[in-house]
Amino acid sequence: MTAPLAGVPAAGGRATSAPLMGRDEEPTLFELSSPGRSAWSFRTTNLPEWDAAELVPAEHLRSEPAPIADASERDLVAHFTRLTHRQYSVDLGAYPLGSCTMKYNPKLCDDAASLPGLTGAHPATPAHLAQGWLELLADLADRLCRITGMHDATLQPPAGAAGELTGLLLMRAWHAEAGRQRTKVIIPDSAHGTNPASVTLGGYQTVTVPSDDRGCVDLAALRERLDEDVAGIMLTNPNTLGLFEEDIAEMATAVHEVGGLLYYDGANLNAILGVTRPGDMGFDIVHMNLHKTFAVPHGGGGPGAGPVAVSERLAPYLPGPLPERGEDGEYRWRMPERSIGRVHSWHGNALALARAYSYILANGADGLRRVAEVAVLNANWLRHRLRASYDVPFDRPNMHELVVSTTSLKKASGLRALDVAKRLLEEGFHAPTVYFPLIVDEALMIEPTETESPQTLEALAQALERIGASPEGAKEAPRTTPVGRVDEARAARRLIPTWDARPLAATDAAAEHMQAPSARY
Amino acid sequence: MGHFVPHTDAEIDAMLEFMGLSSLDELFAVVPEGLRLAVGEDGEGGGGQAGPRHLDIPDGLSEPDVAAEMEHLAARNAVGAELLCFAGGGAYDHEVPATVRRVAMRSEFVTAYTPYQPEVAQGVLQALFEYQTMLARLTGVEIANASLYDGASACVEAVNLAAAATGRSTAWVSRGVNPNWRDVVRTFAAGSGHEVVEVDLHDGVTRWPDTATATSSGDRTQQPGAVVVQYPNYLGCLEDLAGARRLADELGALLVVAFDPVAAGLLHSPGSLGADVVVGEGQPFGTPLSFGGPYLGLFSCRKDHVRRLPGRLVGETVDTEGRRAYVTTLRTREQDIRREKASSNVCTNQTLIAVCCAVQLAWLGTTGLRELALRCARGTRYAREALLRLDGVEPLVGTPVLREFAVRLPVPAEMAVERMADEGFLAGIALGDEYGVGLLVAVTERRTRDQIDAYAAALEKVIR
Repeated sequence: MTAPLAGVPAAGGRATSAPLMGRDEEPTLFELSSPGRSAWSFRTTNLPEWDAAELVPAEHLRSEPAPIADASERDLVAHFTRLTHRQYSVDLGAYPLGSCTMKYNPKLCDDAASLPGLTGAHPATPAHLAQGWLELLADLADRLCRITGMHDATLQPPAGAAGELTGLLLMRAWHAEAGRQRTKVIIPDSAHGTNPASVTLGGYQTVTVPSDDRGCVDLAALRERLDEDVAGIMLTNPNTLGLFEEDIAEMATAVHEVGGLLYYDGANLNAILGVTRPGDMGFDIVHMNLHKTFAVPHGGGGPGAGPVAVSERLAPYLPGPLPERGEDGEYRWRMPERSIGRVHSWHGNALALARAYSYILANGADGLRRVAEVAVLNANWLRHRLRASYDVPFDRPNMHELVVSTTSLKKASGLRALDVAKRLLEEGFHAPTVYFPLIVDEALMIEPTETESPQTLEALAQALERIGASPEGAKEAPRTTPVGRVDEARAARRLIPTWDARPLAATDAAAEHMQAPSARY
Repeated sequence: MGHFVPHTDAEIDAMLEFMGLSSLDELFAVVPEGLRLAVGEDGEGGGGQAGPRHLDIPDGLSEPDVAAEMEHLAARNAVGAELLCFAGGGAYDHEVPATVRRVAMRSEFVTAYTPYQPEVAQGVLQALFEYQTMLARLTGVEIANASLYDGASACVEAVNLAAAATGRSTAWVSRGVNPNWRDVVRTFAAGSGHEVVEVDLHDGVTRWPDTATATSSGDRTQQPGAVVVQYPNYLGCLEDLAGARRLADELGALLVVAFDPVAAGLLHSPGSLGADVVVGEGQPFGTPLSFGGPYLGLFSCRKDHVRRLPGRLVGETVDTEGRRAYVTTLRTREQDIRREKASSNVCTNQTLIAVCCAVQLAWLGTTGLRELALRCARGTRYAREALLRLDGVEPLVGTPVLREFAVRLPVPAEMAVERMADEGFLAGIALGDEYGVGLLVAVTERRTRDQIDAYAAALEKVIR
């Protein structure tokens, strides 16, 4: 057999993290507070120094200041810096969290989104004084349409889930306009949880279609579920197993034949950039996760951006206003004629959109195709590399991610997907997504992304091999991280959602202890 | 061509060889040929019957070329001293101190994702725990989530929570609530099936319908599950929250208060006045104007509703050795577990903006928050008095205001905004018909007496 990396230098850029620093408990801001300390300073304004009582009617004026915290600038900078030492991140090492596309976030995009001409603009600035912003947004929408093969787009949805719901409301408005009262939306059993949740909030019922033994939508089962009550179908392609839905053209025809629409969940768009387009596959509505595909940093859980692009027949329903270039070269806001209304306070997560725009400028058509090629190369290489040590439930050419399983390891030594995840943290990697998709037992969903080098992948593979081969101690992992395995059950049972809830929770716990000691031990 | 893929050609070849492949194209053999794009502008071999299709955008640029392009766009927006900001309406020109920019923008916060692995995410989790604590202290209710998208989405989720809690799908929403937020609430009501009844203002404050008519109609499902009011409202007026609480009690509805987190430094907390759910826009704390996003949806509620809380919640717990640790909790509420039974689909939120908010609130502290609110109130009063001294400028409403104010001008407000821009001022927001024609003006702690005087002098000129 060929060596995994024949002739490749061993030390060629391995992105893993040594155990994180910051193993000492960090006090909260509230413990660090010392009444009277402060960090604030304000501009000299020379305004009259009216008292609060002269400015606020007595019945509205609070008597005591709202308690926040009392720290000096030095205290709080040290505090938050110590917190960063207890945090893993993409800049520190590989983050193969399946379905989340944790690729490297180019620093040029940070600088682009920090330009005062972008950050300083009030969203209600008249269009003629914000021509740079309108052009940026209009050109981004245009490029996203070209990338996805769609006609027009809204940039307002601030996250993927918001994009999904926006898409479903477009579907609803389109059917309603034609006088159709449809009630069902079809979703594969491998779908992300946001899909069924969005369907419910869109006012539809979810109908699940099973996957076949190849890991793709069962076409016959789909046909059985299609009728005149189906508003549409939501699909991710490649799907959450990382597999391309090869029957997509047949599915599109079948759904369109009953008057339904096809919704493309863009979570996995990274795999097909410059290779194929949802519009060409027959999709009517597409949402993109700019924080996945176009490298907007994930911010510890957002902000992202979830633009929605549509085919020509759905364009009149888009949320507005939309930026548009007039024949005179001036950009203006335009409200689509049958718009479903706004889905954001203003124009969407504009600075996230600017980051994505700069990323698209830097990559261009050639770079984006390279992104897809190497994302798919990395994931397929890992599938070949891990075959000997883990189960690969659908061992056929995959796209940008792969799903492996510890089913055999669990039988042999009790090693579960969660244990592998926790052991990987000790090895200096972020863990893959675990227990998803739901249709795979003990699933580990690995998305290496295109920005991890072959040396990093080899180090990841070796770590996974080690973990599979020596499962002893895995239940106690992780031991080298800032904290050990966290008691999630206790967090839910004795809810402490704020610092101020702690004494209360302590009282509750004491009461619980006195009443039912046997139940607890 | 991108610059962010590390692989050399030799490395790619070695990887392909390991898999028994000879080209990158072979990786896409699973994509039906008719769906594939051709490579390059004149490429052949893809596209099927419609002729060769290709990805029709320009090729990639170098880093300095991208920077030049972005600077060119940025230069075509009027900001800062070119267009001094007196506009608000949910987006305010506050100071963002260096501490926030330097600390919250550290790459460990910026390039992490949702803390799915708490053992390596204590930094983000603890920062969110502290954010939740400070927000709960500010709103006066016990629970705060780890953020929503913006003020509008927080409003939508509040209406959804109230509908689920009361089993009633009607919401009474004051027209004093930000009109863009109400637009978003209406958009999403089309899916949830909620009925949104908008309630008019009278002299700047909400005139609620007679509860007797609502309660006597017999059909309790037609009564509102939510009463939604903004404090101070869109026109800056101070609504009677105690009255809104009594109304909600008579109707058996939840009281949802959209509060202003800056004005909260001087006002009674919404929780102390009886709010069940408190929402707001967190942009004023640590986020520049940014043309409207990313901003921060503030969401908090009484603890009775914690099982219906949308989005993520961080809780304190311990690790296996008994050390204090934080984790996202009550996860069974969330979409990835409840799927079609979920009452919210929020997944990715605005965590980084919540961290910015936490750092800024810590920087302000107990004394700084009050000082900030006071300075905004002083500037607002000074500006309002200066404008009302001008011939033909009148107050739009007589009710006391904080945070912003609205005036009636002798010329159309759009025209005034247009002309004031030539004078170097973003004069405010031209109000829509529902408020009566007028100009909405906001003054933050950044505006000096000289700037306000210059603004008033310019306005005098343009309305003449």
